[in-house]
Amino acid sequence: MPLTAIAFYLLAIVTVVSGFMVITARNPVHSVLYLILCFFSGAGLFVLLGAEFLAMLLVVVYVGAVAVLFLFVVMMLDVDFARLREGYAQYLPLGLVVAAVLLGEMVTVSSAVANRGAAAANATPQAADLHVSNTQSIGQVLYTDYIYFFQAAGIVLLIAMIGAIVLTLRHKPSVRRQKIHEQVGRRRRDAVEVTKVGVGEGISE
Amino acid sequence: MMTDLSSALMICLPELILAVGAMLVLMLGAFGGERSTGAATMFSGAALIAGAFAAALGPHGTLFAGAFHMDQLAAYSKVAIYVASAFAVVMGYGWMNRSNERKFEYPVLILLATLGMSMMVSAGDLISLYISIELQSLALYILAAFQRDDARASEAGLKYFVLGALSSGILLYGISLVYGFAGSMGFTQIAHAIAAGGANHGVVFGLVFLICGVAFKASAAPFHMWTPDVYEGAPTPVVAFVAAAPKLAAMVLFVRTLSMGFFGAHEQWAQVLLVIAVISFVVGAFGGLMQRDVKRLLAYSSIANIGYALLGIAAGTQLGVQAMLVFMVLYMIDVTGFFACLLALARNGRPITQISDLSGLKGSKPGIALAITALSLSVLGMPPFSGFWAKFYVFKSAFDAGLWQIAIAGLVASVVAAFYYLRMIKIMWFDASPAPVDGSPSEARWIAFACALFSFPVVLIALHFLDQSAGLAAASLGLH
Repeated sequence: MPLTAIAFYLLAIVTVVSGFMVITARNPVHSVLYLILCFFSGAGLFVLLGAEFLAMLLVVVYVGAVAVLFLFVVMMLDVDFARLREGYAQYLPLGLVVAAVLLGEMVTVSSAVANRGAAAANATPQAADLHVSNTQSIGQVLYTDYIYFFQAAGIVLLIAMIGAIVLTLRHKPSVRRQKIHEQVGRRRRDAVEVTKVGVGEGISE
Repeated sequence: MMTDLSSALMICLPELILAVGAMLVLMLGAFGGERSTGAATMFSGAALIAGAFAAALGPHGTLFAGAFHMDQLAAYSKVAIYVASAFAVVMGYGWMNRSNERKFEYPVLILLATLGMSMMVSAGDLISLYISIELQSLALYILAAFQRDDARASEAGLKYFVLGALSSGILLYGISLVYGFAGSMGFTQIAHAIAAGGANHGVVFGLVFLICGVAFKASAAPFHMWTPDVYEGAPTPVVAFVAAAPKLAAMVLFVRTLSMGFFGAHEQWAQVLLVIAVISFVVGAFGGLMQRDVKRLLAYSSIANIGYALLGIAAGTQLGVQAMLVFMVLYMIDVTGFFACLLALARNGRPITQISDLSGLKGSKPGIALAITALSLSVLGMPPFSGFWAKFYVFKSAFDAGLWQIAIAGLVASVVAAFYYLRMIKIMWFDASPAPVDGSPSEARWIAFACALFSFPVVLIALHFLDQSAGLAAASLGLH
């Protein structure tokens, strides 16, 4: 048991600190790297909760795809991050006040709830059926009980795709595209012409 | 309650029509290119009308373990939302033709946004609440930035997107707290948990975040920052769409969430809603006084009107919900008419946006001037126009629920707001015209006239039916 507790506190501290570093790091590439660290320790927390499948998903999808995509975007786009930060100091006091109020409220609420013994009532959730693995139990409900949410989320992704195309795709007439059927179907006589060139004469167009 | 597949499909038939219709239109456009925009528009309009009939006549029931409710309330709002969306499709097609930028994606995105709204009004679960809000807002972000070569439209889209993402974060935070403390996502289970253990601090804390997130989407103050900029920058037909249907959807979502899931905590959320309502109509009334742009003015007007509608919900009675439903539908008709008038007006090929540009409209476009006058009088609440009846219902329900201080504040705010509508009328009828106005497109003109005629005198006949169906809709929530 103490080993789990040590692991939990270690992972939780790393998650919070790296999450904080994501927004404070000066270099945006460092921010993305801290984000990856944050995802990794989050995945560790999932493993501690017994949700191995979600942990793997977090690593594969978020670290493998999303964070790397972020890295691409940050490195390829020419965004002037120094200019983006210009108003930072100006809005910092107000932001800090709002954050402090919010933090105070959250601490009050959680301590009030903890005092009434909610922690004991909401102890670590137990799997409904111990013989069914994580992946299996998600698979059992994803296409049955949760089909509505699953399909709706699919439509959300479709909208994102349409949006990306609508807002960025441009048809430039000057771009030469491959037209394979035309390129393959080209005959010798369309491209090559044999002419007799007299002595001392050139070829006119 | 388990239902077999065929009856389940019949219950969510309106959504199926919209989803399948949107994908068919997308295929049509992807293969037909720009030439198929006309066909895509026609097909989308037909899908929306078919959806409205399916919603009005179809069976009612609860699906997906309580995640989807099709009842009288959902049917009422779906019909109103689909009809408003059909108007937006028509106005958008005319506008694209004139600006020579025909894109078949416009009707597709309207259909998908409408699908999101229709899922919003049926949401009976926190997950379906969140997904449907995202579905609707994602399509609206894209529509706001639709004119991608226009810097202001892009700015509007970006602002809408960033602030919308922030509000989604707040919403999700609230949802996770509610889930943690109530132990469930479904509204009925949450209501049971609250009834069993009382509204504990955690649930109320999460609920406040949830309310803030939805208020962001409904553009209630103090979460209204995006509204004037989006209204000003986005293309006019898109604003006509954003200003009408999504507001009703957000309001119905509010009322269903609060009265089905959290009615046990009514005292707590009524306070939050009343604060939001008062700030909204004060910001809407005083913010509008300084505006020079008609679209910005209408943005502040919409903020104020959301405040009035929230009064109806905060009352927590069946009459209050009924008043809110009548109010929102009458407001949707007024605002659609307003934007149709704006679409119909142009000078030297440039759309009229400044209030000062409206001067002397009486001489060049008496019909449109008359329509704007009728709609302005209606929105400011002058009897016997439709806006008067709308406000009358809401304030009456607030008085009945003992919220008379707030109702009087609302009346004062609407008197202040009357100033800017009257100024607009004065500029149109009594100032000199600087230059002739271009001929107006027929579809925008007809929509403007139809809406103006509805605000008076058709409303006197229609109000009875509207009131009746809103009463049935409100009764389906089981309040007193």
